[in-house]
This record gives sequence, structure tokens and C-alpha cells, in this order.
Amino acid sequence: MTIQANEPNISSKLAEGTAEKPATIAPDAARVDPEDAPVGRLRRIGRTFGSMPILVKLSSFWLFLVVFGAIYAKLDVSVFDGALPLQDPNVQTNGFNPDTLEFGTGEPIEGSSWDHWLGTDAIARDTFARIVHGAWVSLVVASIAAAFGVIVGGFLGSLVGFVRGRTETIIMSMVDVILAFPALVLLLALVSIFEVRSLLVISLVIGFLSIPAYSRVARANSLAVSQREFVAAARAIGTKPRTILFKEVIPNVLPTVLAYAMVAAAFVIVVEGSLSFLGLSVQLPQSTWGNMINQARRDIKLNVSQVLWPSLALTITVLSLNQVGDWFQQRSAVRSSAL
Amino acid sequence: MARLMLVRVARLVATLLVVTFLSFIMTSLLPGDPAVAILGQDGVQNEELLRQVQDDLGLNDPIIVRYVNWLGSALSGDLGESYINSGQEVSDVIADRVPVTAQLAVMAIVIALILAIPVGILGAYKQGRWQDKASSAGVQVALSVPNFITGIFLIWFLSVKLDLLPASNWNRISNKGIWANLQTAIMPAMALGLTQAAIFSRLVRSDMVATLKENYVLAARAKGLGDGYILARHALRPSSLSLATIIGINFGALLGGTVVIETLFAIPGLGFRLINAISQRDIMVIQGITVFLAVVYVVINFLVDLFYSVLDPRIRRN
Repeated sequence: MTIQANEPNISSKLAEGTAEKPATIAPDAARVDPEDAPVGRLRRIGRTFGSMPILVKLSSFWLFLVVFGAIYAKLDVSVFDGALPLQDPNVQTNGFNPDTLEFGTGEPIEGSSWDHWLGTDAIARDTFARIVHGAWVSLVVASIAAAFGVIVGGFLGSLVGFVRGRTETIIMSMVDVILAFPALVLLLALVSIFEVRSLLVISLVIGFLSIPAYSRVARANSLAVSQREFVAAARAIGTKPRTILFKEVIPNVLPTVLAYAMVAAAFVIVVEGSLSFLGLSVQLPQSTWGNMINQARRDIKLNVSQVLWPSLALTITVLSLNQVGDWFQQRSAVRSSAL
Repeated sequence: MARLMLVRVARLVATLLVVTFLSFIMTSLLPGDPAVAILGQDGVQNEELLRQVQDDLGLNDPIIVRYVNWLGSALSGDLGESYINSGQEVSDVIADRVPVTAQLAVMAIVIALILAIPVGILGAYKQGRWQDKASSAGVQVALSVPNFITGIFLIWFLSVKLDLLPASNWNRISNKGIWANLQTAIMPAMALGLTQAAIFSRLVRSDMVATLKENYVLAARAKGLGDGYILARHALRPSSLSLATIIGINFGALLGGTVVIETLFAIPGLGFRLINAISQRDIMVIQGITVFLAVVYVVINFLVDLFYSVLDPRIRRN
């Protein structure tokens, strides 16, 4: 679904943006000296960042924040045992503390304050801490799904686009059958099979369902790359097909697949959010943006801000991934047209 | 044409067989023995009774036999009985709830088209100017807001703040009349339609940017026809084909969306029932609704394909 939905966009973007910067990108890619590769790579990342439009820069910055927050929160819990400066996402701040023999000072559904930057939820837990911890779930699900998609889907797509024939027919008809299901309905049916819904199980199911879309994208690109002169040349000098696949086809398909991964990650985060919202994702009390929204919506008459914060976190992350993904897709399209 | 139809129908049947088979084995992988669920904890003590119930349900047959039996009765409209709410026929559950979900989906598509076509035309007509940039930015944001968030903020604005519409529930046309029905249907349909509208308008815009460069548009302009007339009659028409396709492709996402939105608004449609069935582990209902939704999705896409080749002679000849 996501691919087709994006196709008109890519082509329209291409039509507008092709003329922009092919000249600066292409020689850049060619000039990688083995000696100064690490320095060159750093500088190249810097230059890539510099060439982003302002909106894409802001989006990358936000994504960096989310990844940092997620890892920070995970380290806080698993390595430092809560010693890092971030509140415990599961402590009820109005609860009884057996050490001091006093009740906490927090209140349920508070607004923003110095103690609780984004206020507290219905049972007086710190909303900021819960959002930062929720980022971990989104990060893990998106990364595992992207890894599955790029490695398995990207490989399958590149393979069948290169070898064609019966392999292609068999693999692509399997892909089509999975795509013949409405995605979220299939996901719900699969998730309902598992009694224990750990983060790993959820990520693996979503990852498995990501494979078909990636194979389609990779196949389309592999078909085009396999027609190129350098592949024909490699064949002509008697290079083994396997070597051609790994040395010529896959390296040229990969940039497009990676750019697609950003956009697909946005979709995956929404899907996990929907699942959490329905109460069918990871188990409570682990906070996710989706389950925070679901819990806070019951008190929407009292305070809308508790719905607003996780909604903003989710929406801005999805928007950022779309922005950065679209930008990379344009770039890789330009690059492959300059190939 | 007849040959092409035959190939298409054969492919449709093959896809349907695979899709139903997958849904069938998927739900039979669910942990827990349906026989145990029917008998309850006391009945399980009686081994003979347990085995008899298992035999009656055909649980001891090989999977292919079970599938063929199931498919046979499914084709005659019998999808089995709910194990949890005894005596409830799955096909009755579906028949009862389809109109609700169908109404939501159709309304969502209509709302999406009403929003998308003017925005898309505006973007293409004012290409590169501020109207285009503003509408593209709006489309980007609309694409990124998950539908349940749209729904919650619609509830907050229209129900909590303005007190215009009921925040949840559903009035059936048959009970309360069309007006009361629309009051409960409009918000969920808007929440569902917004994402679709963004996708559609992006498509209309990029399609029209291309058509506006065509010679026949230039010819129409040279004849002195007005801009509005050219946009509506000459430029929009070719886009209807790609709109039809993308409606079909996005129908799956729409069906998935109804699950979330029906749960949010407590609407008694198929999606809400599916979520209930999942939390009750009501296997037969999960299976019935999954199969039904998948079949609807496959058939809709088949019809869109067909419609497309009827409209566009170039595809027919291929």
C-alpha cells in the first residue's frame, strides 16, 4: 500500500527536482580515496547535512532527539538502574513512599510545571518520562521492521529482478498474496495468535509483514539496474552471476531501498501506534505513544494536553521520517539517473 | 477481451483460494483448544466427551480436509458458530455489521474526494506559487497524522468544546432516521477520510501538472475556453482513471482504518467486533471477519482493474 501511494509523489518530485543538484552529487560519489575514507566519509555526512533544505534539517534533528531519548531511557532503566536524571515512568507521584512515610506531592492530570514538564497522567505518572520511554518502543519496532525489510525484502527483490524466470514468478506471487490482505487486518489476526505480546514478538510480526513492500521496491530497481551497460559488461567478461548480483546489482539497488526504509518506518510507527491504541501491542505498564493516547483520551474533558503531547510526539516523528525519506528518495533517484 | 477476462477471473479465484486458506490455517494456529472453550473447565474432566466434541468439530482431521469442509460450508454462507457467545452465527454477525462499516468507508471516500479534488486542482493550477506550497504543506501534515489522532481531536473540538455532535455511539438509519445517523457518522468518516484526501490530492496534483502540458489543453486554451472549463472538462477527466486505481489500492488501508476508528467511536461495525473477538479469543469470529475483509479487498481490486480496462481501451488490447 505504502509504495503505490508514494509512487505518484516520487515521479512528481522527480519531475520538479531532477534539475536541482545532479552535478554536485555525482562527482562526490565517485571520489572516494581509500586512504582518507574515514575523514572523507565524515565530511561527506557533513556535506549531506549541509545540502538539506531547512525543513529536512529540522526533521533530522528531531529524529536524532528521538533516537537519543529512546536509548537514554533504555540505558537509564537497564544499566544505570534509574540513576540518570529522568523520572521513573511508572511511579505514581502521589503515591505513598515507604521510606519517608509520606505521600508524594504530585497530582493526577496536572498541567505543565517545573517538576513535571509535560504534566502528569490519570494516575499521576510523569508524562515527559513516559513519552521518552515510549520512544524506545517506536525505535525498536521501526528498526527491526526496517532491518527485516532491507535485508530479506531488499535481497529477494534484487535477486528476482536480476535472475527473472520462474524464481521471480514464484517469489512475486507469494509477495502478492501477502499484499492481498488488508495490512492492519492481517496484522491483527497474526498478533492475536500470540498470547505473550513482547516487544520482540510485535517487532518480528511487523517486520515479517514489511518484507513484501520492500521486495516490490527492490525488484523494480533491480530490473532497471540489470539492464545497465555495466551489468552487461560484467556478464560479457564472464563474471559469475552471484558476483554480479552482490557487486553490481545490490549496491546500486540499496540506496533506493534505504530511502524507502525511512518512509516505511513512518508507516510502521503509525501501525504500532494503532496497535498500542487498540491495546494489542506491548504489555502495560510499558508506555508507548499509542497507549498513552488511548489512556489520556478518557479524560479529554478535564485536560486535552495529556492527549496532545504523545500525539505530537507521534505525528512529528512520522512527519520527520516522511520528510527525510522523501528527500533521500529524490537524491537516490537523481543519483541513479546520473549513473 | 473474453480471453483476458478469463485469465483475470482465473487469477482472482486462485488468489481467493490462497487468501482463504491462509486465513484458515492462521486461526487454527491459535493456542487453546476450541473443544475446551466449549465445554468449560468442568467438561474437560470427561475425556470421552472431550474427544467426541473434538470429533464433531472435525479437529482431528488433517488440515486440508478441514479447509475443504470449511470452504464448502463458507460458500453456502455458513461460517460456523461463535464458540464464546454460543448459538451466534458468524455469518449473522457479519451481515449485521457490514452496512455500518460499508457506510463509513463510502462516506470516508466521498469526503476525501470532496476535499482532495479542489486542493489538487489548485496546486496544479498555481504550480510553484504560494497556493501550491501551502496546499503541499497541508497535504504533508495530513499524511503524517494517524487517523485515531485526527478522530480524538475532532471529538475534542466538535463534541467537547462546541458540543455539536455526539462523541461516540452509532444511530442506525432504520431506528433513528438518516439525520441522527449522519450526526454519528460524520466525525468518524472525516477522521478516516483525511489521510485518503491527502493521498488523492497529491495524485490529482501530479496528474494534472502533466495533463496541463498536453497539446489538447493548449488547443482548448487557444480556442478561448475559460480556465475553469478547461480544468474541469479537459484536465480533470484523465485523472479519474488514476483516482479509481488509488481508491482500490487504498481500500485495504481504509478497512484497517475502520478497525481503529470504530473502536475509538464505539461504532458497532465489523472492525470493532473483530477487536472484541480478539480480546475474547473468539476464534470463529476472528476467522470469519478476517476472511470476509480479505475477500472484499481482493474483489474490490479486481473490480477496479476491470473498470480500468473498460474505461481505457489501450489496456484492453494488451
